Amino acid sequence: MLHTVNKSPLERNVFESCLRHADATAVIVLIEDGVYGAMKGTAFSPRLEQALQTVRIYALAPDIEARGIRDKIADGVTLLDYGGFVDLVTQHAPVMAWL
Amino acid sequence: MTAARKKIMVVNRKPPHGSIYALESLEIVLIASAFGQDVSVVFLDDGVFQLAKSQNTRGLETKNFSSTYRALEDYEVKTLLVEQESLSVRGLTAADLLLPVEIVSAAELAIRMTQQDMILSS
Repeated sequence: MLHTVNKSPLERNVFESCLRHADATAVIVLIEDGVYGAMKGTAFSPRLEQALQTVRIYALAPDIEARGIRDKIADGVTLLDYGGFVDLVTQHAPVMAWL
Repeated sequence: MTAARKKIMVVNRKPPHGSIYALESLEIVLIASAFGQDVSVVFLDDGVFQLAKSQNTRGLETKNFSSTYRALEDYEVKTLLVEQESLSVRGLTAADLLLPVEIVSAAELAIRMTQQDMILSS
């Protein structure tokens, strides 16, 4: 299945809750303020590194570019454009949108 | 025209009275079930507070919809899942909840999610 997360993990626990329910077959897409969860060097980064060992994590490039954090994205996070996002959604039903 | 019966999971993650999410989510559950869908309801994170016993909204002058959860069975909503980890973090147990539910681990819940046709969350 596919999970989307649209909140910063530094403000809300949504990404953490998502990770608790994502098994090895899941894919996670970070969108909107959720892309802050893809950064290296934050208080959340160790949790991200741990998660990347077991689950595939993507982040939406336009949201990253808009926030000026392209240089700070952790290795192992795959960037997506909108078309790639749509492809993932069609390949990984059902979708859980963590809000 | 008869629509196919779908497996729909409604996931509640917000506490009950600070916003409209919990009540709206309950409305979705009732409507989806009334239309013959196979609905399961999940409570996790602060959403577990929706099922707290002894809710009393008289002082708020708002609707106390907590008793409606007990009516879900009459609406053919048989699957109510509460996440164990969310209860533990909040110092709650099954005895604190206003109706019998199935208490499941996060790992079990992850499996149940993958079995759905559709997941709605708030």
